[in-house]
Amino acid sequence: MSTLASSGGTLTASGSGRLGRWGIQGVTYALLSVGALMMVTPFLWMLITSFKPAPELVEFAWLPKSPTLANYERVLTTSNFTRWYFNSIVVALFSTTCVVLFDSLVGYTLCKFEFPGKNLIFLGMLATLMVPTEMLIIPWFDMSVRWSWNTGLAQYWGIAFPGVITAAGVFLMRQFFNGVPNDLLDAARMDGMSEFGIWAKIGVPLTLAAMAALAIFNFIGNWNAYLWPLIVASERAYYTLPVGLSFFRGESTTEWEKIMTAASLASLPLLCVFLVFQRYIIAGVALTGLKG
Amino acid sequence: MRLTLRQRQVLWAYAFLSIALVFFVIIRWYPALLSFNIAFRDWNTFKGAGPWVGLENYAAIWDDLWKPRSDVRAAFTNTLGYVLYGVPAQMVLALAVALLLDRIRVLSTLFRVAYFAPYVTSAVAVAFVWNWLYLPQTGLLAQVFDLLRIPEQPFTKSPDQALASIAAVAVWQTLGYSVIIYLAGIKQIPATYYEAARIDGAAGARLFQHITLPLLNPVIVYLTVLSTISFLRLFALVQNMSPQGTGGPLKSTTTVVLEVYRKGFSSYDMGYAAALTVVLFFVILLITVVQLRFLTRRFEY
Repeated sequence: MSTLASSGGTLTASGSGRLGRWGIQGVTYALLSVGALMMVTPFLWMLITSFKPAPELVEFAWLPKSPTLANYERVLTTSNFTRWYFNSIVVALFSTTCVVLFDSLVGYTLCKFEFPGKNLIFLGMLATLMVPTEMLIIPWFDMSVRWSWNTGLAQYWGIAFPGVITAAGVFLMRQFFNGVPNDLLDAARMDGMSEFGIWAKIGVPLTLAAMAALAIFNFIGNWNAYLWPLIVASERAYYTLPVGLSFFRGESTTEWEKIMTAASLASLPLLCVFLVFQRYIIAGVALTGLKG
Repeated sequence: MRLTLRQRQVLWAYAFLSIALVFFVIIRWYPALLSFNIAFRDWNTFKGAGPWVGLENYAAIWDDLWKPRSDVRAAFTNTLGYVLYGVPAQMVLALAVALLLDRIRVLSTLFRVAYFAPYVTSAVAVAFVWNWLYLPQTGLLAQVFDLLRIPEQPFTKSPDQALASIAAVAVWQTLGYSVIIYLAGIKQIPATYYEAARIDGAAGARLFQHITLPLLNPVIVYLTVLSTISFLRLFALVQNMSPQGTGGPLKSTTTVVLEVYRKGFSSYDMGYAAALTVVLFFVILLITVVQLRFLTRRFEY
């Protein structure tokens, strides 16, 4: 509903007429294109650079003269990149699975059950939204050292634990469960279905759209998480991609073709996920953001 | 013993909540309280809990704030600088893009994807791409400036330009998010308001001034707070765009969170770092409370 554009010229005697409207549309597209170019060019330049052999970097040319995959081969074979990919996938998948299950179950319980302490528990969870992550990293680090979550395989848990249940997700799911009729749940109860079964077989299928949105956002968030993984992962083999990428730069300060290859490797999977799900992601931002 | 339906419901509810309750107590509430405790102690990162020193860490921060060359003074003034550069730029640019996007139909999805893409990209990757773009002589911007006969700029290499250069990247990365929220807000304004105003002879800028802007006010307040908080928490970009990740050149780009990281995990002074995070917490809390007051205020249209 482009309210501003539909000036229509029917009520106001717009002197400019049809030509003026075409002109305005033209300017609109021109401005948007300039902006979009500024958003996209850095990504393109990153990709283009990653296909250039080192000597071509000092010449100014848009496209590589002799495009090569050698940078990719070098980055993938000489650093721990494949391992960091694996770590990022493990951590992001684990956190996202936990978030989707727990946030749904907790949101469902806080929406559909009556029990003493319900409001206190809900408020107690929401209150944690006021505390920025930065304030928790020092105590988390202390706990991780105390319980050895920062060495060996436990580092996966160490990196992932802050994100396995989210207050924002609980709130979102609780809102969505409001739309599930109680009669449906009571009918299942009459049929003798267990409470867990009612959530899993009736509640979950009816809120799949919300769960999908939650899953995508958490996957992106966990994939890109930087500050906490940087602090807790003590061994190189357990870095996630952003942390590994950051250390990778320290080791190849001036080899920009390698750094851009690494940056491409780190960002392309998520850009692809975004392109596939862009409609849901953008709709999800508008929905959750406006409720905020 | 047979339980009533209601008793069974209570048991089920607590069974469903059990893991989450343990999680919120151990992973959220206890650490939040612990960081207040650490801030009152002389706490070394590897030696663990130290003696209670009362307000000493806060006093040290206060002292450092007034020392002309201290890291913390630079951190607070720079963070304020990021907010003052970044937030207005983000709010105005995003609104402009949203208003433009609202006027078109063809290619609208393509534009949205283009503007939103940086938001889903890792800040570390974004930092490196911009390091490469900003690089003197061989960087793309230097080459483009050369073509346009604009003198070469040092960007992140100079203490005068580094902060603005990083703030610009932060705006570039998060612009798309604000655009989408603005767009959703614009779509919610009833078309009848515009029609009525047109009958009264209003057009163009006056429609924007008297309908779009006032009706978008809650969205503007919400986004201003959100983007202020995100600029207050700036870390990954600065760490990966400054030399050796120390907030240089000459501390000109360091932020509060970067200093938290450096004090806690390079100087191992956890007490001081925790006190810094408590200060950050209260600043964010204050902004959030002010936002709630603004948002609950009634507007007369």
